[in-house]
Amino acid sequence: MEGSEAFAAAAIAAGCRFYAGYPMTPATELLESMAKLLPQHGGVCVNAESELEAVGMTWGAAAAGARAATGSTGQGLSLMQESIAEMCHARLPVVIFNMARGQGDYYQATRGGSHGDNRLISLAPSSLPEAVSLVRLAFELAEEWRNPVLVLGDYYLAHMSEAVTIGSQKPLAEIPRRDWAVDGSTSGSGHAKLISPVFDAKNYDPAFRGYGWKLESMADHLTAMETSIEPMAEEYGTQDAELVVVAYSTPARYLTYVIRQLRAEGLPIGIIRPITLWPFPAAAVSRAAEHARGLAVYELNAGQMIDDVRLAVLGRSPVFAIGGPSYDGDGFGIAPDLNTDVLATRLRDALNKVRKL
Amino acid sequence: MTEIEVVPTGTQPAQPGHIVADFMPDLIKTGTHQLCAGCGEPIAMRTLLEAVSEVGYRSNAVAIFGIGCYTVFSGGIDVEVVQALHGRAPSVATGIKRVRPQTLVLTVQGDGDMANEGLQEVLHTAARGESVTCVMLNNGVFGETGGHMTATTVIGQRTKNTLDGRDAAQHGYPISVANMIAPLPGVAYVARCAVNNAVAIDRARRSFKRALQLQSEGAGFTFLEILTMCPTGWFVDTNQGPSYLDETIAKTHIPGVLKDGPD
Repeated sequence: MEGSEAFAAAAIAAGCRFYAGYPMTPATELLESMAKLLPQHGGVCVNAESELEAVGMTWGAAAAGARAATGSTGQGLSLMQESIAEMCHARLPVVIFNMARGQGDYYQATRGGSHGDNRLISLAPSSLPEAVSLVRLAFELAEEWRNPVLVLGDYYLAHMSEAVTIGSQKPLAEIPRRDWAVDGSTSGSGHAKLISPVFDAKNYDPAFRGYGWKLESMADHLTAMETSIEPMAEEYGTQDAELVVVAYSTPARYLTYVIRQLRAEGLPIGIIRPITLWPFPAAAVSRAAEHARGLAVYELNAGQMIDDVRLAVLGRSPVFAIGGPSYDGDGFGIAPDLNTDVLATRLRDALNKVRKL
Repeated sequence: MTEIEVVPTGTQPAQPGHIVADFMPDLIKTGTHQLCAGCGEPIAMRTLLEAVSEVGYRSNAVAIFGIGCYTVFSGGIDVEVVQALHGRAPSVATGIKRVRPQTLVLTVQGDGDMANEGLQEVLHTAARGESVTCVMLNNGVFGETGGHMTATTVIGQRTKNTLDGRDAAQHGYPISVANMIAPLPGVAYVARCAVNNAVAIDRARRSFKRALQLQSEGAGFTFLEILTMCPTGWFVDTNQGPSYLDETIAKTHIPGVLKDGPD
């Protein structure tokens, strides 16, 4: 199955019944797949007139109790940031797909570009089978934590074909009723619901807490997510590695392939691949750093995830970048540097570097 | 010396006194508001809520609020509310209506919210023919910031950032939102009403009911622009608000039903 369709089918299998999006390479095929598949499963796909409207519609659908998602590429998500922040504050469970161009969106995925105290739970698959399971996890985490969850894909994942198994596709389930969701039924009851970024009850409700309480409570919510959500990472060869590479998503897959070959030559290189970008698998990275001479961060940007690696290592090992921005002429995020020869050279150089430290 | 008539307190009054609650529509839980004296928004809100009850949706309505002075009502009315961002209410309404087609869905926005920050949202929602009702409370100023020019401020109107009056050469022309929406296919009802006198309020009530009724029939997009008084933002005396509205705002934003019934 092609990547975008796998993402869409996995979302629908996870109960997603609403998607709103705006076309933009390489997220366009995800919208196409949703437009094709959702109506077949009793869902709704709206071709929104802009990203601002796509995220607004998703906000509404989630507030009304639907499992809802939106998506774009990083530039489109930049437009959505204001609403994403407010959905975090309003504690709405939505899933946001970023079929990114390159890897320039790590900060966006883990810090966002918006106002206020909020975090997205961020998941970064490196293959389609993994994407299918992480999409389901994304909907489950969104529901469990009442917090938006980001699934970070890229041009490769959107367009490659791999064999995947989509979970049992449930027939149209009734939209799950949740006690906080609106459907109009509490209007006129004396206890009408309010879904708001700043308040969690009407001002005449005995449960009403004044302005600021909800925003202040975000601190506890963020701490609870960070300490309770199990960070995920995949490791290969770190146990005896002198050089540990840290990379995520598609580049990590290329690097793992190259490291396998180099290890066959006897070069002690390992790799750790964060799967949850937030919460960041800091403990696993820190553990990997205990025995290594140094950590090399490979990301196709000017250095974003390297901040989290440095925070995990806290100066106990040298941390340096071996990636960098790499773009095709169309700017879609197909990196000329993702080439096994280029990567092998970078890894050999990095190993030599840490051996001299 | 002037004689002062004193209410006799020694005997029971012939008629019992009234309290605020006696006049409160049942969807309003907080009978007082903290908006300025002479504000038109509480009247518009009350009229809207009465219409929701009268069309039979008092237990099946969701309102999406924008951001402005009227936002204080989001917490005081007994209607489910989703608080949206500035300008974004029509999209949130779309998402709710698509998921809950049997629910009456309406937005409450001001002119700054709808005509400035989110003009494309309401136009796209109208053109999509979404069965939602969008309400724009139009007083021609950003009331909450203290009286600044919006996209509907009429020529000559003084605001805090057009102290000598809005001048077309410098500030451009006002947008008549109802007139933009009325010609769009997919639109079932468009009216511009006011709340500055009893006749106008009654017309507004009928327009609200008609729009909500058409929404319940799935006739398409319905839109109401309500001219509201803002004496504070207009820099006029409280009791001058209603006449200022007629003489200034309503000369450009002319009340009337612009479209009634789907194509």
